[in-house]
Amino acid sequence: MTDIRPVDSWSSDFDVLSQTYVDDPFTIWDDLRTSCPVAHTDRRGSTWLPTKYQDVVDLAHDIEHFSSLDITVIPFTGEAPDEPVLPYGVPPISADPPLHTFTRRLLLPWFSHTKVESYEAMTRELCAGLVEGFVADGRADAASEYAQQIPVRVIGAILGVPPEMSDTFTGWVRAVLEFADDEEIRREGTIALIEYFVAEVERRKQDPGDDLLSALLQTEVDGQPLEDSIVLGVAALTLIAGVDTTWSAIGSSLWHLATHPEDAKTLATEPEAMNLAIEELLRAYSPVTMARIVTGEVEFQGCPMHAGDKVLMNFPAANRDPDAFERPDEVILDRAHNRHVAFGSGIHRCAGSNLARMELRVAIEEWLKRIPDFRLADDADVTWAGGQVRGPRSLPVVFP
Amino acid sequence: MKIWVDPDKCTGHARCYGLAPDLFSVDDYGLSSVVGDGTVPPELEDKARLSIANCPEYAIVEITD
Repeated sequence: MTDIRPVDSWSSDFDVLSQTYVDDPFTIWDDLRTSCPVAHTDRRGSTWLPTKYQDVVDLAHDIEHFSSLDITVIPFTGEAPDEPVLPYGVPPISADPPLHTFTRRLLLPWFSHTKVESYEAMTRELCAGLVEGFVADGRADAASEYAQQIPVRVIGAILGVPPEMSDTFTGWVRAVLEFADDEEIRREGTIALIEYFVAEVERRKQDPGDDLLSALLQTEVDGQPLEDSIVLGVAALTLIAGVDTTWSAIGSSLWHLATHPEDAKTLATEPEAMNLAIEELLRAYSPVTMARIVTGEVEFQGCPMHAGDKVLMNFPAANRDPDAFERPDEVILDRAHNRHVAFGSGIHRCAGSNLARMELRVAIEEWLKRIPDFRLADDADVTWAGGQVRGPRSLPVVFP
Repeated sequence: MKIWVDPDKCTGHARCYGLAPDLFSVDDYGLSSVVGDGTVPPELEDKARLSIANCPEYAIVEITD
């Protein structure tokens, strides 16, 4: 981690990587919403931080002024390669229409309701097996031994890559997202990930399977096969976006249940409560912050934004806005009015939202089936990651 | 009660389908539409209202004559 200069003013000099923000962003957002709802910083380039629900939603819908060509919260400031391997980035997330539109249509059927149902049995077996591995110990790290192990294996199966690669994938994804302010780690992770998929693409061309990567290689758009660089970008996105995010949601939810045993009891004894509860946990602990790039001079809520400025799509703060949610800082498992935007808003709504939701539900169900009553081992041992994706990275819990 | 999903607003969050699978269907791209002509049986009106109140895109509307 790089050294971080202390933050004097959250409205004019915020830093999403500061430990204060990573530990408790909620208080900071609450203060900003009433004092300066769209904060600014010049750290890592001119960047804006909206905190109100309606502002975040309006920004997400204004794709003319706010482009997705750079969606990273932490900009990469290292030297760009002469010939980029991914000239189109990782579409559709890092694209505007029309590239966004057709790549998204290629990806969405793999994460449709019907398709996701077909991944549920495998997910359940995986979760049950993980719990079986530590249930007799009376203690476990619910983040590293459980949450972290789940989405990477499900995504791996969809991409058609071997489960033995899971830990390696996890390392690459963390390098790209979690340790993004360390250029060396980020660069190495990115290169390793891309090189792996370059080799996989070549392999699938010779020996196609029934996986997403093979299907993309066999896809034609307007009579032409997809360019390899687009296939690589979509594959890289599927891995990067499908691992850290859901794992963080599972971890945060387990943290909540460890610290709110009454909620754990409700979910363990009333399975029909799960449907609304999952959405409420997603609202309260939304893991993902995205970014947009300002395309030209524009004033937003009185803020003069310039071409190239970054705007952080603060979905987690939007979901805690008292103007949009009653008692936003309370987890109300049966919250009936819940238009949360944990999966974003507008045309970039998370393409894997059905999968993430299923993984979160099954992970909690299988945990509670064997471990309905559990507590934090020691609050001081819990560590959180922040920046683009917020969630616990160390979550030791004990159970009778 | 009669409802309709505005196809220009729906972006496929599928919250409605999760809450009331009898009232909505979703296609391979996640886009939702009402089952039949959108007429809601009386016993499902609560679920229809719940779906309206949970749509992040305000895409579900109650049609009033």
